[in-house]
Amino acid sequence: MQLTNRSKLVVKKEMTFAEKIYLPAILSGVVITIKHLFRRKATVKYPEKQREISEIWRGQHVLKRDDKGAERCTACGLCAVACPAEAITMVAAERKKGEENLYREEKYAATYEINMLRCIFCGLCEEACPKEAIFLTDRIVSTDYERNGFIYGKDKLVEDVNERIDVTVRQTPAVLAFKEQKKLSHNK
Amino acid sequence: MTEFLIYKLILVGSVFGITLFVAAYSTYAERKVAAFLQDRVGPDRAGPFGIFQPLADGMKFIYKEEIIPVVSNKFLFILGPCLAMLTAMMAGVLIPWGDTLIIGGKTYSLQIADLNVGVLYVFGVVSIGVYGIMIGGWASNNKFSLLGAIRASAQMISYEIAMGLSIIAFVIMTGTLSLGEISAQQAGGVGGDWNMWNVVYQPLGFLIFIVCAFAECNRTPFDLPECETELVGGYHTEYSSMKLGFYLFAEYINMFVSSAMISTLYFGGYNFPFMNDLGLDHNTISIIGTLMLFAKISFFIFFFMWIRWTIPRFRYDQLMNLGWKVLIPLSVANIFITGLVMLLIDKL
Amino acid sequence: MTLNLFYFLSFLAIMSAIMVVLSKNPVYSVLYLIITFFCIAGHYMLMNAQFLAIVHIIVYAGAIMVLFLYVIMLLNLNKESEPHKSTLQKIAATICAGLVMIVLVGSLKGTEGMIQQQPAAADIGLVKALGKVMFTKFLLPFEITSVLLLAAMVGAVMLGKPEKR
Repeated sequence: MQLTNRSKLVVKKEMTFAEKIYLPAILSGVVITIKHLFRRKATVKYPEKQREISEIWRGQHVLKRDDKGAERCTACGLCAVACPAEAITMVAAERKKGEENLYREEKYAATYEINMLRCIFCGLCEEACPKEAIFLTDRIVSTDYERNGFIYGKDKLVEDVNERIDVTVRQTPAVLAFKEQKKLSHNK
Repeated sequence: MTEFLIYKLILVGSVFGITLFVAAYSTYAERKVAAFLQDRVGPDRAGPFGIFQPLADGMKFIYKEEIIPVVSNKFLFILGPCLAMLTAMMAGVLIPWGDTLIIGGKTYSLQIADLNVGVLYVFGVVSIGVYGIMIGGWASNNKFSLLGAIRASAQMISYEIAMGLSIIAFVIMTGTLSLGEISAQQAGGVGGDWNMWNVVYQPLGFLIFIVCAFAECNRTPFDLPECETELVGGYHTEYSSMKLGFYLFAEYINMFVSSAMISTLYFGGYNFPFMNDLGLDHNTISIIGTLMLFAKISFFIFFFMWIRWTIPRFRYDQLMNLGWKVLIPLSVANIFITGLVMLLIDKL
Repeated sequence: MTLNLFYFLSFLAIMSAIMVVLSKNPVYSVLYLIITFFCIAGHYMLMNAQFLAIVHIIVYAGAIMVLFLYVIMLLNLNKESEPHKSTLQKIAATICAGLVMIVLVGSLKGTEGMIQQQPAAADIGLVKALGKVMFTKFLLPFEITSVLLLAAMVGAVMLGKPEKR
């Protein structure tokens, strides 16, 4: 299959004199590099200027709470199964009396960890989630000096009750239509 | 006597300072040129456009941990980078940085010493420059360092021959070895008096000289002594901290000195076109001439970098083939042609 | 000033020459030999023979000693692998070297009269004067030397050529 017409057929033949002295080839190379000196630079000066991201760009995860502020996650493990990079681990626990305002259902995730060094931000966890608990947002995972810093626990993943994180940004009509197909209506 | 000493001391001090300054900013220029040729912007965080980057790099080198391998030969290990730096600095003494300045009725030359055998002296300094690399590479007690050192020495000896032969043809033409006289011979240039630079008369010699200059400075495409894909770091694999800095710095000083040599020998040194037609006084012309020399040097330093980011590295057998089977016969042919032409001119 | 320099250079030259012989490590020997060559070049400089001094540095310190160092580094000589020499060999070597020295001193002794008869011109060491003398008065020895070098080069090329199968 031919993708471009830039490919050249390699022929092994005796070089002509002009090719043997290499100078014409070197000159043409030098001209190519000097042209690049005046090209527009590809660099984006990051902290001052941020590159535009796509609407459906997938960044750091969030564990959503419901309207009353209770965690939606029931630690079913479907996200961990779906994860191709095996980045998600969790430990389930049973809800005790008086914790109804904290956890929506009887079972909840006592610990929930995503290793951001393993995560490939494919979004399969979001698709797999039957409870609409985990979403990928448009936030960037920040840097760290240590590997341990990239293992995000519930402290970093669960959204704050007072500072809800808007996940509707990436839920474009196309994405929603895709989700409709899966008939995840049991979460209503 | 004291006046003479003070004047020479000032000259030596300023040449020393300028050499170090240019070498420091060559490292910055190298990174910027590399970036621009690859559609990037290069270092731009330290100061406006990153102009304090050399200071930051220097600080980093000084504050880094210094490691001397236990199995190394400690004295020679330290001597290596010192020698590399010393020999790199030595060649600048003979470059005529400008014409004379007349201050208070007295004439001051802008050349530290005009040796009768100037060109040969530069060769001598270049030929002993390899000791820094060899001693450092051997004293590291590391296979890669030793291989790098051996490659460096073989390469330098091979290319010195072609360089020397190209210079012999040059000397047949100029009839002098003194760099001051060679510069003075090219005075004028395009303009009222048609006196061309030597590159017009010696194009082949210039080509051989510049290729050999690349090889002597261990610059790409001849940077086999330190090629990181095969030899880790070459002769400076075991070096760290400021000692590594000395080696890298010596390379840039060598580049500066060879650019100065190319400008002086083939591109008229401190002379510039129309210099005698502008009707300026002697001192002004001298100062403009010095600035012109630095402009030429800057261009050649840029040329060194430009080539580095254009041409990939040679294979070792290609390097040796080029040196012995192409450049040496070419330079011998150049000597013959130059000699013949000189004879014909004498006869006519 | 010049005399002091002469003494300093001579002292350094002789000391490093002795160290060439005494050093256990062959690499050190080569390095001391390089220092000796530099001192000798300094002596030439004192005699106003700039050309000779620079060529001495280029050829000996810059090329021959680099090759010496090159070979020694590749051979990886050290104390353990150095073959032990018998006392008889050592004595014989000393006597031979001593004889060479006597010959050299003897040949130098006769030159004093010659220097007084034909005092050298002040610029004899400079390139122009040296070139003229070399291509007129001493043309034959000069050419014979170059033929000798050519023969050596041809020999080296012959040795370096790949064998025909």
